[in-house]
Amino acid sequence: MTTNRDISEALQAEVIAAIAHAEPLCLRGGGSLDFYGRTPTGRLLEVGGHRGIVHYAPSELVVTARAGTPIAEIERTLAEHGQILAFEPPRYSGNATLGGVISANLSGPRRVACGAARDSVLGCRIINGRSEILSFGGEVMKNVAGFDVSRLMTGALGTLGILLEVSLRTLPRPQAEATHVVDAGSAAAALAMLTRLRASPLPISASAIVNDTLYLRLSGSPAGVAAAEKSIGGDVMAEDKAALLWTRIRDHEHHFFEPGPPLWRLSVPADMAPPETEGLFADDHWLIEWDGQLRWLRTEAPPKTVFTLAAKAGGHATAFRHQPARDEAFQPLAAPLMALQRRIKAAFDPDGIFNPGRIHADPHSS
Amino acid sequence: MSSDIRPDKAALLAGLMDILPASAVLTDSESLRPYECDALSAYRRLPLAVVLPDRIEQVQAILRLCARLGVAVVARGAGTGLSGGALPDEGGILLSLARFQDILEIDPKRRIARVQPGVRNLAISDAAAPHGLYYAPDPSSQIACTIGGNVAENSGGVHCLKYGLTVHNILALKVLTIDGELLEIGTGGLDAPGYDLLALMTGSEGLLGVIVEVTVRLLPIPERRQVILAAFDDIARAAEAVGRIISAGILPAGLEMMDHMAIRAAEDFVHAGYPRDAAAVLICELDGTNAEVSEHVLQVRKILLDNRATSVRTADDEAERARLWAGRKAAFPAVGRLAPDYYCMDGTIPRHALPRILTEIAGLSETFGLAVANVFHAGDGNLHPLILYDANRPGELEKAEAMGGRILELCVAAGGAITGEHGVGVEKLDQMCVQFKPAELAQFHALKAAFDPKGLLNPGKAVPTLHRCAELGAMHVHGGALPHPELERF
Repeated sequence: MTTNRDISEALQAEVIAAIAHAEPLCLRGGGSLDFYGRTPTGRLLEVGGHRGIVHYAPSELVVTARAGTPIAEIERTLAEHGQILAFEPPRYSGNATLGGVISANLSGPRRVACGAARDSVLGCRIINGRSEILSFGGEVMKNVAGFDVSRLMTGALGTLGILLEVSLRTLPRPQAEATHVVDAGSAAAALAMLTRLRASPLPISASAIVNDTLYLRLSGSPAGVAAAEKSIGGDVMAEDKAALLWTRIRDHEHHFFEPGPPLWRLSVPADMAPPETEGLFADDHWLIEWDGQLRWLRTEAPPKTVFTLAAKAGGHATAFRHQPARDEAFQPLAAPLMALQRRIKAAFDPDGIFNPGRIHADPHSS
Repeated sequence: MSSDIRPDKAALLAGLMDILPASAVLTDSESLRPYECDALSAYRRLPLAVVLPDRIEQVQAILRLCARLGVAVVARGAGTGLSGGALPDEGGILLSLARFQDILEIDPKRRIARVQPGVRNLAISDAAAPHGLYYAPDPSSQIACTIGGNVAENSGGVHCLKYGLTVHNILALKVLTIDGELLEIGTGGLDAPGYDLLALMTGSEGLLGVIVEVTVRLLPIPERRQVILAAFDDIARAAEAVGRIISAGILPAGLEMMDHMAIRAAEDFVHAGYPRDAAAVLICELDGTNAEVSEHVLQVRKILLDNRATSVRTADDEAERARLWAGRKAAFPAVGRLAPDYYCMDGTIPRHALPRILTEIAGLSETFGLAVANVFHAGDGNLHPLILYDANRPGELEKAEAMGGRILELCVAAGGAITGEHGVGVEKLDQMCVQFKPAELAQFHALKAAFDPKGLLNPGKAVPTLHRCAELGAMHVHGGALPHPELERF
């Protein structure tokens, strides 16, 4: 068991040295996201040693922890007070850290009801590319002082600075939960059923379509869940089996995610055509979450084809894992947006020392 | 404080006339007068011109013209903002988005609305209602305020605790840069590739770009809403009850608190049936399915009574629900009847600090000789102290502002923030120096420059210059306590 430590000064010294030697850094926490984004370059800087919960106030619904703190540790501490992280963060290989999850804005099944990682972020502490330690946001839910740098850091894959601490909103654990399995006959029918159910205010906290089967999780008060169970039909899953199902989908341990063809993540409008009509290749496989708004795709189709498919539907695609090459990880941006993103990067990291090229090809390195 | 830019006024007006019909360019002082301030009326200025375009191409051309001539641009929706964010620049134009009033699309299947920035907040929910949907954020000015302004300020409302702020409820934006370039931010999905510009734009107070289209998320109208009113003879116990409700796993749609002076003012004004002798009332709204609400009402009632509420009332029907809310919703105008003027503050604090902060505010009230009524979004820690004063008495406005500044500094010291939902605007520039270090402010300026290197969009707002903070800092000699609080500070 690693002990809790504040190594912000050591990290700051590393940044000062990196600037002085013009030596880019490759930031790494628990290493559970080594596979994600474009191939990391630069000198490896382990940031996972900066760890530990700094402040947890259950009655204020807020927790602040150092970025290297394992998600498992945070969720364990929250559970002792009957609380959860609303976005059900994926742990993948198991050693996911707060910093990694926030840097990649990763969210699990409950995202559809309770928002993404970025929606839970209240504040952060960072080291920017001028080696300054800065704080933004705070520990209160409502805070509109200054630009929203905390959410800008969320999903920036460490390209804007080193995350030192993050404050997150916590939620009370739902009083009751139940998962139902519905044999819908087809993914199209399952999607249609979701659209129908979603028109009414049912307490659905997760949905997944695997092949022709629809899994629905309800969360809320015991009576509220019981009443909703009547209107969704299907069979009730045993509690432990249901918990395992959602954990496996969350952490990509479900057999759908096993090594094999490239895994794509499509973030699209709920009414994108169902897999039956939108398939690229006959042997493609789909797993659908978030009421149709998150679609995992296993396909050998070339990146351009998948990006076009997602854009046509009104969304975007990410080459998530098991890719033969990693240089086209994210949906290409329109030229003005791309130029703006580079200027934002320069505003935080003028010397380009943090995770160069992790999101987009670095214009200077080619 | 205005920008130092001295543009060529003749070239500007000629350029504007080429872009817009004469009726959409206002220049005489009588026509400009209604635009001299927003809802923070203590600050007033006239711009060189007010422009009222109704097409995106016109806005693009206006921005290109201003960028070329170096003219400042201040965007304005309905002008209901409370921090002076839409205060004109004397050397610039005021860009009104009020004519962008079309609801472009309501898609009940995707549960979204795509609207122009001048659409009123409440108009979105009205248009979505036939589909059983609504737009959740509901700032108190929702009948008048526009969605463009809501995005610029990241507006909240009484239902933030459960449904979040504007940033949690929008999916995409169309934004024009100062160079007139159109940026499409966000996607049809729940996220977007690259940096989260949607969040960055939200609450950026018109400093980064001009919002010309907004796509919002709609929610199904809850099956049932129920309101509970509880009275307490001790405000600390009311605050504690809030924590207990949340700890029990219940997330109310709204959880509001009013102190003694606010209760009395509201009761005298709208006769909502609030107990006039209570030290505090809590208004708790529960929503959801029928079964869930019924269950939670019982649990909340028990928690309130266990926490020694002196009375607990549950609304029996929609009329009574409206009446219980009426007192809270009328709190501001009701307090307004107690004095010629009031100054509405907007700090946030960790909830546990409430009793202590209220004691300290009472102390400041005595020191400054100005009465204060407190209204509190208790669920999310957003405190609105209303400072009563008389602007016609020389020096009293300045006294109220100084006292307001001190209250915000108390909020920061307690681990909170200087603004929860009203924005910084021109009003809280000094308090920004208290909340942020120079390096943090410099980072904000660098970010601003990535969008608007010449600083033409809403200059002098939201982020103070380091120079201003340095001057102010010289006064902060002893633990943040300002000497001579009765003196003016700019």
